[in-house]
Order: sequence, then C-alpha cells, then structure tokens
Amino acid sequence: MAGSGTAQLRGDDLLLRVEHLVVEFGKGPRRVRAVSDVSFDVAAGETLGLVGESGCGKSTTGRAVALVHPPDQGSVRFAGTDLTTLNQRDLRQARTKVQMVFQDPISSLNPRRRVLDSVMEPLSIWGIGSNEERKAKARQTLESVGINPSDASSQRPIEFSGGQCQRISIARALMLEPSLLICDEPVSALDVSVQAQILNLLDDLKRERGLTMVFIAHDLAVVKNVSDRVAVMYLGKLCEVAPPDTLYRHPAHPYTAALLASIPEPDPSAATNGRAPLSGELPSPTDPPSGCRFRTRCPYAQEKCAIEEPEMRALGPDHFVACHFPLARPMVSTEAPAVAEPVGASPFSNA
Amino acid sequence: MSPRRRRPHLVFPDASELEEPLLDVQDLRTYFHTARGVVKANDGVSFTLNRGKTLGVVGESGSGKTVLTRSIMGLLPNIQLERSGSVRFAGHELTSLTAHQLRDVWGTQMAVIFQDPMTALNPVVRVDRQLTESLRIRLGLDRRAAHDTAIALLGSVGIPAPEQRMRNYPHELSGGMRQRVMIAIALACGPKLVLADEPTTGLDVTLQAQILDLLASLQRERSMGMILVTHDLGVVANRADDIAVMYAGRIVEQAPTKDLFSHTRMPYTEALLRSIPRLADPSHTRLRAIPGRPPDLASLPDGCPFAPRCPYAQDRCLTDDPPPRTAGAGHLFRCWFPVGSPEGEDALARNVAAGVPAALAFTGALAGAAISVTTVSVTATAVVTGSLAPDASLVPPAVPLVVPPVVPPVVSPGPAEGANGDATAGES
Amino acid sequence: MVDIGNANQAIERVREFEALTGTTGPVPPATATTASRSGLGVVFWVSFGWVLFMVLLAIFASVLPLKNPNFQDYSAVNIGPSIHHLLGTDDLGRDLLSRIIFGSRVSLIIGFASVGLALVAGGVLGLLAGYTGGWIDTVLNAGSLVVLAFPALLAILVIEAFWVPRSLLKLTIIFAVAGTPSLFRVIRATTLSFATREFVVAARTMGATTWRILFRELLPNVVPAAVSFALIGVAVAIILEGSLAFLGLSISLPTASLGNIVNEGVQNNNLTLNAYIALWPSLYIFILLVALNLMADRLRTRFDVRAGNL
Repeated sequence: MAGSGTAQLRGDDLLLRVEHLVVEFGKGPRRVRAVSDVSFDVAAGETLGLVGESGCGKSTTGRAVALVHPPDQGSVRFAGTDLTTLNQRDLRQARTKVQMVFQDPISSLNPRRRVLDSVMEPLSIWGIGSNEERKAKARQTLESVGINPSDASSQRPIEFSGGQCQRISIARALMLEPSLLICDEPVSALDVSVQAQILNLLDDLKRERGLTMVFIAHDLAVVKNVSDRVAVMYLGKLCEVAPPDTLYRHPAHPYTAALLASIPEPDPSAATNGRAPLSGELPSPTDPPSGCRFRTRCPYAQEKCAIEEPEMRALGPDHFVACHFPLARPMVSTEAPAVAEPVGASPFSNA
Repeated sequence: MSPRRRRPHLVFPDASELEEPLLDVQDLRTYFHTARGVVKANDGVSFTLNRGKTLGVVGESGSGKTVLTRSIMGLLPNIQLERSGSVRFAGHELTSLTAHQLRDVWGTQMAVIFQDPMTALNPVVRVDRQLTESLRIRLGLDRRAAHDTAIALLGSVGIPAPEQRMRNYPHELSGGMRQRVMIAIALACGPKLVLADEPTTGLDVTLQAQILDLLASLQRERSMGMILVTHDLGVVANRADDIAVMYAGRIVEQAPTKDLFSHTRMPYTEALLRSIPRLADPSHTRLRAIPGRPPDLASLPDGCPFAPRCPYAQDRCLTDDPPPRTAGAGHLFRCWFPVGSPEGEDALARNVAAGVPAALAFTGALAGAAISVTTVSVTATAVVTGSLAPDASLVPPAVPLVVPPVVPPVVSPGPAEGANGDATAGES
Repeated sequence: MVDIGNANQAIERVREFEALTGTTGPVPPATATTASRSGLGVVFWVSFGWVLFMVLLAIFASVLPLKNPNFQDYSAVNIGPSIHHLLGTDDLGRDLLSRIIFGSRVSLIIGFASVGLALVAGGVLGLLAGYTGGWIDTVLNAGSLVVLAFPALLAILVIEAFWVPRSLLKLTIIFAVAGTPSLFRVIRATTLSFATREFVVAARTMGATTWRILFRELLPNVVPAAVSFALIGVAVAIILEGSLAFLGLSISLPTASLGNIVNEGVQNNNLTLNAYIALWPSLYIFILLVALNLMADRLRTRFDVRAGNL
C-alpha cells in the first residue's frame, strides 16, 4: 500500500491541500510514524471521507489538519495559506475557520458548564458581539441542529443523551462559521437509530451552509453515505482515492476490497460474496513492512511489493490507487448493484 | 499440590441426549428498584434455543439485551433486583438454583464472552494462569495436562505461537488477540451454551469478520448453542438461525433470520433496517432516521413503547399494549398495525396524509434538518393528548404541508422504489 | 491500537451517560435534575453548618458575651461545667469556653489560611503543569517530590528553630509551603485527566488562549477534587498545629490555641484533677475533623461523575 506520491492531487486552487503530511509520536527507537507522507485535497463544498481501521492514522491526520497536533513535516494549505508556517497569533485566527467534531460526544462538552455557555464560547473567545447577540446566535444555531434552546440555557451536558450532545458539539463547531469541518468518527459512539439522525443532520448542514467536510470514520457504509470522495488509509499511508460509488463498486486496491468484504451487511441474501475477509492483524507501526505496507496481509503480494513502495497513480479520471497490482475490474464488478452512476463519475462504469 | 476436582452437584445430560430445547426462557422479568423508580430491564422475555443453533439478540443501548444475558446466567447482583419467570437450561430450572449450584453451570455448561476483553481479563495475571485455572479446577486436569490443553485451545482460536502467548499479560496482546483469548477461556471447559455479549464491538471490521467466523466455526465443531447479542443487525444477518429484536426490555419481533429480513412485521425492525446506511445505496442517499430516542425503562409509556416514534402508530397504540402475535412458523411480533399487512399500510397512509412527523420522516417526505426536537416535541405532545392527529398549530412551520405521494411500505430491504425520489441526488 | 481504546472508551462513556441520564426518553424530566442538584445530602449540610458555626464563633469571639480568656479567677479554680462557666474553668480559674473559642482562632486560621494559600499556589502550578506538560511539568514535578521527601513535622521543627520569634503569620506560611506539593500533585493529576478530553481540544481549535483554557475549561472541573482534598488538608493542618502546640512549639503562651489548652490539661497532674481541660479542646478538634472529612467525602462522591448519582 502505501502510497506516497501526489498523483491524486487536483488543482492548486482548492480549499484544502495537504501535501506530504508526516506526524510522529514518541522519542528515540520507539518513535512511531502515525502518518507517513499523506497528501490529499478537498474542494470547497466537497466531503472527503477518510476511512481505515484503528491505528491507520486517520484521526491523527484529521488533528494534524486542524493543527491540534502540528505535523512534523509537510504542508497544510488552507484557502491559500500554509497553516504550518503561521506564527502562534495568526494560527489562532486561522484556526477558527477549521473546526472539529469529535467521536465522544460526552467528553466533547465541558461537564461543568451549561450547554448554552459552551455553545457561546467561540464567540466569547473572540469577543464577537454583545452577550445578548451571542446568546441569540447560539440559540439560533442550537435550533438549527435540533436542540431546544431553552433546555440548553439551564442544563449541563449530563442532562442530554449522547446523540443530543453530538448535536450540541456540532452547533458549537458552527458558531464561528467555519468553512472546513473535520468530523472525527462523529457517529461511532452512537446508537444505530441516532446515527442516522446525525448523518442526515450533517448532510443538511453541509448543503445549507456550503460546508466543506473531512469525514473520518471506520465504517465504510457510513463514509459512503456522506462522502463525495473517499480516501482509504492503511498504516499511515493512503491506498486508494476515488468517488464513493466508483470505489465501492470497483475497488482497485486489495485492501479496499478486503475492507468491503468484511462489512457485515444487514441482509442475509447479500451473504458471503466470495471475497475472503482479511487475515492477520495490523503490523506494528514502529516497524512497518518494507515496500508496500499492506503486503504482509495482501493475498496478491509479489516479490516486487516487498522491495518497492508503490506510488499513487491514476487508474481513471479521479480514481487513484497505490498498488503495483491493482485489482482488475471485471473480477469484482460482477455483483455491482444496479444503481445509476452519477454523471461523469467514471468512464469505466460500463466496462 | 494439585487442586482437587470439585464433585458436581448437578448432573447434566449430554447435549445430544437432550429431549427438550437446550435453553427455554419463559416470561423472564428482570426489574431493578432504583431511586428513579422500577427499571424494567426485561419485561416478559420468552424464547427457546436448540442445541447447535444461534439466536441473535439485537437492540440499541438501553433495550435490556445485556441484562438479558446476565439474567439468564443468574449473574446479576442480588441488590434491589426482582426477577421472575423461568429459565430452563438442559433440564434444570436455573432460577431456583443456589449460587453454589450455579457455579456448576457457569464455565462448564454455559459460558459468556464479554464485549471488552480488557476489563474481562485480569490485568495482572498471565494468559497462562487465566486459562489453566478453570481447566484444573473444573475438569480436574493436572498442571501438565492443563498447560497442554490451554496451548491447544489458543491454537484453535487462531493465536499464532501459543506457547509464547501463554507467558503474556493481557495488555501485551492486541485487541483481536485479547478477544481470542477471551473466547478460549470461555470455551475451555466445553460449554453447551455460549452467551456472546457484543463480542466484536470496538474491533475493526476486518477483525470483526475474523472473530465472528471463528465463533461460527467453533460453534459448528462443538455443536454449541449460542446467543449472539449485538446492536448491529449486520452482525447477525448471516450468522444467526433466529433473531430476536429487543426494544424497551422486551422482544418486539422474533423470527427465523431469512423471515425477519424478508417479511418484517414490526415497524421498529423495519425502521432500524431503513436507518442503517447500506453499501448498496448510492452515496448521499438520505437515511430514514427514527426520530426521538428509546424510552426510559423506568417510566415506560402506556401502550406500545415504540408508538411515540412509530410511523404506523394510531390512537390505539398509545393505550393498548400489543400482545405477541404470530405470522408463520416461529415468527412472533408485537404490533397492532404490522408492516406489510393491509391495516399496517392503511395506518401508514393515514399518518402520512395527516402529516405525522414520524411517518413523514420515514417515508422521506420530510427534508431538511427539522427532524429533531421539533419532531420529537410534536410527537410527545401528541402522546400526551392521546391523539396523533396533528393540530395545525403543532405542525412545525418548516414542514411543507404538501401531502406527499403515499409510498407503500416496502418490506424487502435493499434499494426501495421510494428511495430514489428523495435521495439527495443531483448533489455536487 | 490507540483508536480501539478510544472507541471503547467513548462507547463506554456514552453508555454510562445514558444510564445516568435515565437511559433517555423525551428530554429527561425533573427527576434527573433534582437528584443531581440535591446530591450533597444532609450529611454534608450538617457538617458544613457545624464548621460554619465554629468559624463564626471564632470570628466574632470578641463581640460575643464571653469572658476574657486570659483572666485568672482564683476564686473559681478547676470547677466543672456550671451556669457561670458553661464548660468549667482550668487550674488558673480561666473560663474554658472562652479559651477554646479564642484558641480555635489559631487552629482555624492556620488550618484554613495555610491550606487556602497552598490551594492557590498548588492550583495554578498544577493546572499549568498538567495542561502544558513538557519541561514545566518535569521541573515542577521534581520540585514537589523534593519538598514531599522531607518529613513535614521535622522540617517544620527545624524551620521554627531558626525563624524566631514564632508568629501566626510565620506558622501559616510554613504550613502553606508544606502543603503546596500535595495539592499540586492532586490538581496536576486531575488536570491531566481532563486535558486530553475533546472539549479542551475543541477550545483550542476555536482559538482559545492557554490561560482561557486553564481557567475557563479546566479549573471548574478541577475545583471539586481540589476542594475535597483541601478539606482533608485543613484537618491535617489543624492536627499538626495541635501537635506542635502540644510540644510547646506553636503560638507562645498565654495566647490560647487548642493544642496549648490540651497541653496545659495534661500537665501538673491536671488530667486527674480536672480532665475537662484536656477533654473539651480534644472533643472540639475531633468533631471538627469528622465534619471536615464528611464534607470532603460527600463532595468527592457527588462530583465524581462515574461513581456519583448512581
């Protein structure tokens, strides 16, 4: 796997352009490269889904883009400015346009503060408007995410359920009217029925406010639902980048195919589609395999994979893969569902 | 000094000689008396499980599914607990056994696999001792034999280099390995029934598939009965013989797996299936979220507990609790207006026409972010007044009052005809 | 791997939360709210009332109709409790009630003021060390360990020996310095547990400054644990002062302090002649300590989200 390289990058003028991102943890021999030379870009109004198993570095990538954990190398160009080169003061200012929604809705909110105060906080930090104006805006935003503002003014997070807390966190993230929202596993701690509410809400907000999103999740079905473009990560590297319908119908990277095969579909008739789920476990990131990082678990691995790291390359317009031996289409497209292809998504759709 | 073998106080017939079902639970009620009132965690749960079969128990958090497994085993703390009903296991009535006698059941006859192996395993004891201890005490094996059996067990659950793993502490193992160790411990004494309580929640999808496959193959080899508790319908869809869907402490629908998916009767099951994002759907397909949230088990509403969120709900549902009804062999459900029946279709059409939010959200007529508090409070008000016919003033202004085309309830899962109309196509 | 832990924790926390908030149900009604508000319970308020009463007595001792604590009435030596002397008199004919109330001033000032100072110092340093980490944390942590490594009583004795004459202010400062490291460590540990929570990360992404995060986000979460620990600290300080006074190393006589009075009560065969002298101040200290400990205990259980409320 493992794609270094920047073939998947589009123009220079996109809202977010992340190049050669490297994030490391720890010191000395135990130093871990959680993110190792990852590049991607996101156009304004687009949702990029970042998907992978735990330990693949997807959350770290999200935090590095928001500069919560500054990257060790690489650049994060946001609206034309490289965030990594900014000084402390400019960074504070620039950050307000990049907001995050987190996995754990409970710990996302300060347990000792009233919900309305938490939502007003972003405006208070920057001294925007009078107290009354802030309150009005907070109430309005809460309403737009489906929280009754009068409950919020008197209650603390403990009095809300997980799903409601997640709505409140979303409202707080929207207060500064960011142009980029990074959602780090926003629904994985929620119940199935509540999960759908939050996903719909995010989709609505995105449309209404023209938000650009980076949506990080381990659940491929969820990512497919919300994304315009999906990037698959494995052990700190990108494997494959494509629009969701293309990626899910014609996975080119063996890892993407294995991930898809592992998903338990709530439908007994969709049973065992013949693709064997992955065996083995994630190698230690302290000592990643040489060459392609996926080769230790890859059913198609060849000698070349151990020697040479595959570069990202185009398989078709807007379909990029980092693999020496990408899967041929007909092999996997037999059980493709009969769904209309979005116009212009892939010229290969009839192959 | 080798530990003495404890003489069993109870005699269990060999599973293959068993005449009756392996497990027969009848009208099990588990109530907790708390400061907030009586929490009815299990309210009249009944099912049977045969040898070598798998029952999938599906429910959201707070549906009482975890309490059910504990209650069956008799593992609940006896404080402020009220438990009634019958649990017959391999010819013994478990509810009347003493704690001492239950110890003959646990481990050797019935074993549990917990969700979080990190807390279920003792962190300061090596894998070695956690495994061999029960082998030596329960099966009376000596040190050498127990050690060999343990290594064989670790091998059988797919742990590479089991001799080395035996010397590890739980924290030295990866998440998948820990869950495998948990399974090895549970299966060590050859139980006839395994209760797997969310065995793969928190594991990655590729690991989840491995663990579930492992469980399935071990179950086949040993022809054990298994209860697979999960919140994920996908986990049980291909792995359970029967599925029981729990809501608010009771089983609201129970059926052979194929039947449950193809002939769904209970609106809750249908809504749950519809709310899950599916790989087969194109991206940006709007999800049919279930508005509101599950009821408080301490203050259940009158009538059907799902009624306040149900797209099919009628006045009757708010007052009369539906009894279990049958639909074909082994298919039970609790609903007055079942999915796929004429009265159900009628009820849904009426609700859509009347603009009941739950029905609009379900059929996809309600676009925008308005499905939320407004919806919930409207539903709640309707419940209070005892009528679901909306008052004009109660309809949120954001909702277009255009009556949408009545979409017949589509029973079969998968891309529904009704889905295309409201999917946010044309996006991007 | 890190993520698995997080996912589990998150799911776990949501579950716990749903359990606490009454599983769910259309906006939890008043029950959840009132239960958590009145969570401190009767025990706390009775203890609090008692401590408050003692503090008020000490503050207003000079305006209350009390006898001069140092007036020696040789016509009423060693008498038991009576209508003229509610708690009796000592071997010099001084009124025990007023001696104890005036004496409690010393104990309470040393107890509360020194711990208060330690709380502020340890609090600021602990927040800073816990949130920023890095070399600040390393240095402060090492410093606290060095101070903690001295046996407190011995250190105080040595300092007192060189820093004469003894005064209330000096004693308070010495006690505060001795108490700061413990409070620092408690607050640092509590801060650490909150500093990685997402709401702190969220505040950073919103552009909050370090000071704002420390005092607006972290401080309110740290206060309950710190205060409950500090109350125990007050109890320890009062005992320590009593012990010093008993050894004759606290405030110089004739100024009364609780420890002084106990000391006098056991000297000159007073214990057999008039046990009341030692009994009353001992009882005072005992009840005060029980009240402080109960308050600390209730505070801790109430604000410990995991254990409380269930």
